[in-house]
Amino acid sequence: MNTDEKINRRVLRDMYNLREIDRRDFVKRLGGGLVIAFSVSHLSFVTEKDSSREESRDMNAYLRIGEDGRVTLYTGKIEMGQGPITSLPMMLADELDMKLGSVNIIMGDTDICPWDEGTYGSLSTRVFGQTMRHAAAKARAMLLKMASEQLGVPVSGLQVSDGVISVKNNSRKQVTYAGLTKGKAIYFTLKDEPPLKKASDFKIMGTSRLRADGYEKVTGKAKFSGDIHLPGMRYARIVRPPSLGAKLISIDTSEAEKINGIEVVRDGDFIALLHTSQDTVDKAYDLVRAEYEEENLPVDNSSLFDYLKRKGTEANEIDAGGSPDEGEKASVKHFDFEYRDPYIAHAPVEPHTATAVFEGEKLKLWASCQTPYPTRETIAEELDIPEKNVRFMEIFTGGGFGGKIYNPQAVEAARIAKLSGKPVQLMYTRKEEFMFDRLRPAAVVKIRSGLDAEGRIVFWDYGTYFGGQRGAKQFYGIPNHRTQTFRSPRGETVHPFFTGAWRAPSNNTNTFARESQIEIMAAAAGEDPLDFRLKHLKNDSKMTEVLQLGAKKFGWTPAKGPSGRGYGIACGKDAGTDVAVFAEVEVDEKTGRINVKRAVCAQNMGMVVNPQGVILQAEGCIIMGMGYALKEEVEFKSRKMLTENFDTYDFTRIGQTPEIDVVLADAQDDPPQGGGEPAIICMGGAIANAVFDATGARLFRLPMTPERVMNALRNA
Amino acid sequence: MNKTIRFELNGEPVNINTNPENRLLWVLRNELGLTGTKYGCGIGACGACTIIIENEAVRACIYNIADVAGKKVLTIEGLAKNGSLHPLQKAFVENDALQCGFCTPGIIMNAYALLINNPDPARKEIIEGMDDNLCRCGTYGRIIEAIEQAGREMKGKVAV
Repeated sequence: MNTDEKINRRVLRDMYNLREIDRRDFVKRLGGGLVIAFSVSHLSFVTEKDSSREESRDMNAYLRIGEDGRVTLYTGKIEMGQGPITSLPMMLADELDMKLGSVNIIMGDTDICPWDEGTYGSLSTRVFGQTMRHAAAKARAMLLKMASEQLGVPVSGLQVSDGVISVKNNSRKQVTYAGLTKGKAIYFTLKDEPPLKKASDFKIMGTSRLRADGYEKVTGKAKFSGDIHLPGMRYARIVRPPSLGAKLISIDTSEAEKINGIEVVRDGDFIALLHTSQDTVDKAYDLVRAEYEEENLPVDNSSLFDYLKRKGTEANEIDAGGSPDEGEKASVKHFDFEYRDPYIAHAPVEPHTATAVFEGEKLKLWASCQTPYPTRETIAEELDIPEKNVRFMEIFTGGGFGGKIYNPQAVEAARIAKLSGKPVQLMYTRKEEFMFDRLRPAAVVKIRSGLDAEGRIVFWDYGTYFGGQRGAKQFYGIPNHRTQTFRSPRGETVHPFFTGAWRAPSNNTNTFARESQIEIMAAAAGEDPLDFRLKHLKNDSKMTEVLQLGAKKFGWTPAKGPSGRGYGIACGKDAGTDVAVFAEVEVDEKTGRINVKRAVCAQNMGMVVNPQGVILQAEGCIIMGMGYALKEEVEFKSRKMLTENFDTYDFTRIGQTPEIDVVLADAQDDPPQGGGEPAIICMGGAIANAVFDATGARLFRLPMTPERVMNALRNA
Repeated sequence: MNKTIRFELNGEPVNINTNPENRLLWVLRNELGLTGTKYGCGIGACGACTIIIENEAVRACIYNIADVAGKKVLTIEGLAKNGSLHPLQKAFVENDALQCGFCTPGIIMNAYALLINNPDPARKEIIEGMDDNLCRCGTYGRIIEAIEQAGREMKGKVAV
């Protein structure tokens, strides 16, 4: 728990705080060529006021134009399927006027890439990528200046194409980027922000590209952290408690140790078995006898929501407008509903894995991980070794979705490597993966709202219990409204498990609740749910456009719900993007099964770098979102995780795949926004609304399992 | 208790001296160095470790190495021939039918068995045949299209 909490705190802190890196060291490692370092910060980062530290603290990534004319981007971002390995080089090549094939990208190697906060929050394009474009623009300007001097022609008389600078009207007079940088070690830091290319000048950005890592991934050559094999490597199993928080009373490893070659390492209650064979260490693990004293939290699946409401005693207002009391009085129709979300798991197909080895003083690690740098700091702290003696190596990560922001497995593998003095691989079993996952927190959302005599929403009182703030504020034109979060007193344990960021954290819970309540009111007002939304979005042209785009693609025609057609809408805002999903479902009223036939996703995400990549992410969001909407829920009792594997934790399968269309607003001259998360927020609401439209039955509790659908049908 | 087990792996004969109870998944990955076959669940529920034994797709995590004695085994590493991608691999790349790529080898191997046993599958048959291979990134629509494309390309020219 302590380690995870530390990582959590550090991840949050580091979003506002850049790390140190020793410039001299990595300039030496880079060799000659033009190097541009740049920093990415959520706050303005004023190096001038702190000139003594300027040299070492002002970079988050750098790019290097080598003597061979190739440009290499060194970034701490990681590839876990979401696509920066493809999109970041596109942004870089376009801004530098180079061929895409001349760009290399090195990701997440902490020795040669500068510090990065981590890969989460849909930040890689909108924050990191934009800053990188500025750096590339600066590099291009520098190169033009150098070419101008060499060719004796003013910059205004030069043009650039594919890394070649030539004289306008005399293109035989030319010099390449490689020719300019050859033999020189030029280094500068980006401080100002040169103008970026306009969309009309894009050659690469805005065109669809296939994934750059496709070949490696279809041939089995792509290396994940468990694919690293080191001479003399041991496979490790850590002795685990039956439930979280359980205290070890006694342990007997003697039977396990009778197996030839089994080693046991111990540091307090941290006990691990090691062997050169995974099978053998698994067998030995089953022979360990341990007694624990388990904690008891009075909560399980059936008491969960009453428990959360009891625990959420402290209100915190995060948004308000007008007078909620007056709004309530002015309402002629009142709506008072409660929405419920269970704990769900990230369940990436790759479990948390790490391979670790000490080479002398230096620890080398490969870990399936969204946060190599913050995790490196934790390891250094836990093992009491200097941070520079810990190196994370470049690796592919097999799905993260927020769950690999936290990497207890990396810390544990490092500890075992230190205790045993051997190279170690630790691959979480699926059972460990569920038990130690940072679950999406279970939540209750209570909404009270009201319509006036004209069918306008005049009152909105929103309270979320443990659901989180992202996406909680309503964005409709409601004159009297209030949004509150309810939490427990500080220091009180509420959740029986670790909780954390699950793809578009909080926003899935909040959008399900808000968009359900909106359609309940639309039906009560006797209005088409699209018209009802648009009527309340008069001052929001971006969301209006997104809804209209989606409606057109979907072929929406106005009808009061329930229309019997099985159409549902949900819209929301996430990571700077406005998004709407239109869903069509069929409900089998004999079995309660929901079949999602079709989903249209419309979004305005500003500039689009790789339309194909965006579509992949939106499709993935729709499929993954159908999981939390229809199937996913972990089973538990007190702090014991009862869900242990994929035979009982089911998510969307290929047979449920709907027909999917993704439409993007044309906003190529606007800054890019998030793409990996937004569409998923709409899936609970869009499907619940579509089920209502099909049957008249309203579901307030996710997931919408056949049993719950049957109950709702009986009550409809 | 070790035993020498002989089988054919990706077209080559293999003799391996190992514990016959060791799981095929770990022998492939840890003893033979073929790490394209992945661990996802250990109970045959996710399909990340799908390989081909005698033209049938099986889950390597629930097989023992002794089970393959004398048999022909094909893993993702043996699918490309002479440096050129198998039509399925090509179709997965061209359709972007993957994201994180961790489930991809198992999915391609399962699709391979599907196509060699049914060279002209209907869309419904593809879906039924692939329903126990999990992809958390949600690339299913593209997987179906990639298998359809590969099926068209393979028809009539697949030597098993």
